[in-house]
Amino acid sequence: MASTVSSDARVDVAASPPRPNVIEVRDLTRRFGEFTAVDGISFDVREGEVFAFLGPNGAGKSTTINMLCTLARPTSGHASVAGFDVAARPKAVRRHIGLVFQEPTLDDQLTAQENLRFHAVLYRIPSDEVNERVARVLDLVDLSDRRYDRVSEFSGGMARRLEIARALMHVPGVLFLDEPTIGLDPQTRALMWEDVLRLREEANVTVFLTTHYMDEAEYADRIAIIDHGAIVAIDTPQALKATIGADTVDLQTTDDVAAVAAARRNGYRVEAGADGVRVFVEHGETAVAPLIAAVGVPVLHVHVHQPTLDDVFLHYTGREIRESHAEAMSPRVRAFTRARRR
Amino acid sequence: MSSAAPPANIADGPDTVLREEVRTAGMVWLRELIRFERTRARILSGLVQPVLFLVVLGYGMSGLVGTTAGFDFKKFMFPGIMAMSVVTTAIFSGMSIVWDREFGFLREMLVAPTSRASLALGKTAGGATVAAAQGTIMLILAPLIGVHLTALLVLEIIGLELLMAIALTAFGVFVATHIQKMEGFQVVMQLLLFPMIFLSGALFPLNGLPGWLGVLTHVNPLTYAVAPLRQVVFAAQDMPAAARQRFPASVELFGHTLSIGTEIAIVVVFAGIFIALAIRGFSRME
Ligand SMILES: Nc1ncnc2c1ncn2[C@@H]1O[C@H](COP(=O)(O)OP(=O)(O)OP(=O)(O)O)[C@@H](O)[C@H]1O
Ligand SMILES: [Mg+2]
Repeated sequence: MASTVSSDARVDVAASPPRPNVIEVRDLTRRFGEFTAVDGISFDVREGEVFAFLGPNGAGKSTTINMLCTLARPTSGHASVAGFDVAARPKAVRRHIGLVFQEPTLDDQLTAQENLRFHAVLYRIPSDEVNERVARVLDLVDLSDRRYDRVSEFSGGMARRLEIARALMHVPGVLFLDEPTIGLDPQTRALMWEDVLRLREEANVTVFLTTHYMDEAEYADRIAIIDHGAIVAIDTPQALKATIGADTVDLQTTDDVAAVAAARRNGYRVEAGADGVRVFVEHGETAVAPLIAAVGVPVLHVHVHQPTLDDVFLHYTGREIRESHAEAMSPRVRAFTRARRR
Repeated sequence: MSSAAPPANIADGPDTVLREEVRTAGMVWLRELIRFERTRARILSGLVQPVLFLVVLGYGMSGLVGTTAGFDFKKFMFPGIMAMSVVTTAIFSGMSIVWDREFGFLREMLVAPTSRASLALGKTAGGATVAAAQGTIMLILAPLIGVHLTALLVLEIIGLELLMAIALTAFGVFVATHIQKMEGFQVVMQLLLFPMIFLSGALFPLNGLPGWLGVLTHVNPLTYAVAPLRQVVFAAQDMPAAARQRFPASVELFGHTLSIGTEIAIVVVFAGIFIALAIRGFSRME
């Protein structure tokens, strides 16, 4: 069975034999009445991979996660997780996955330890192992000192980390994180990513996450960009960036016309613009010095631009993710703080 | 986690499964107790309403009804008030699933690889325990009302309260599994709980109600749960025949006076039906 995490297996990125698929999705579709939320998507996620779903609001990210976690039935198509078909073997799937939902799901009247113990029983962790596991996962997310505190006294970020810890209690083969860092400050987000990457390294956990944050998607081994229920691009962050073009170096010189001519003579691909010269190069940063030498006129200002995931996202969806993100942010953060306040 | 144990490996033998399901139900039960213990304010406010009823209604009615051979209306009301306290807490506890949904914890339970029946049973058991406890706390008022308590009576009361609480909590769970929003909760409380209490004989004797109301009291499961409680309390009191005549405790059905055993059996049947409905409701959620 693909998902069983053997204790000494370590992720070796350079390992030559291809790792088995832990998630396989074929033509997965989900309709709500007339509306198609997820529209025939197909993809695979390999063992130990960190796989990100990136998409604007309403793209179908949560709906996809819900189907993979057996919380929603696919209208058509197939998906298997950890070797089990999500429609045929829902309980087996659930035993092998850890879940962090988009909305918080802790009982904040209970302490951190009580929440974890509850989870341990639901997932049939042997009683004599529970204590040790509680300690281990709390340590993993740096919450050991809050073990006996009620969740109502936690900050949003601490609560989120506790949810991740809880999802790891039963050592899942696959961890699903639906916008795990929404509403968290950059430091906490960085901390959480440390946790997640450590996990992948130490327990060979496969991570499937959705996110709105571009910098966060950069952590992923592969990214699928999803829009209107369909996957519009799927590749490594580097490859995605490469598809939309090379780095550019913008120059302002004392004589742009001469600069363009000189650069062309030296074999550069150049565009003359209203406010300077744009040169397309392989690696922007290393290209600057030889380029300045090549243009032959004094250079006043240099700007190097490398394609970002923002550009990639814009290219494939026609939107800036920040636009869709800004409107998404407030209601969810409100929901989050409301739950915290209880 | 380099020394992580393999995922909880489940040998799916029938007794392992049963043991794990009981463990799950036990955990859900424990959570209800922890939450009850942590919300002392709720325990107190749960006391206020019945006390108010007992004092205002009890004293007011006593004045009207008068005392029959040294037995007044407050003593009649006391078992009913205990029942009211149990029922309110029970339905409230069962329906706390609506809260669990609102605050997300329900998802944590629903997505777990466990049977929904264990969750429903654990929730019912937990709510029932809490409700019976809340009802039993009312016993501290007994000396004030002049109700005489014996050890046996206290045990009988707790037993009957538990049975009543199980039936009503399961009912609450069943209703809650069909409610998506918090508003629905208020509607249910107003439309179901209060009529059920008023038409159960908890607060006044049911004899002398017009026919159609009589029918309602007889389809009300609470009627059969309140009567035994009152019977055991009355049995332990020094009560002259005139007072027994004046304040009947048993349910009359089709011209027959039901025995306490029959009444309890009827409550057991109701409890069974509600538990089945609660499990079904839980299994169909989401
Ligand atoms: N239960 C439902 N009934 C009807 N429509 C639904 C339901 N759940 C989701 N949808 C619709 O399906 C679409 C996809 O929703 P989904 O929650 O998967 O989006 P998402 O990518 O997770 O968005 P977000 O970034 O806002 O979380 C949305 O248009 C949403 O309105
Ligand atoms: Mg979502």
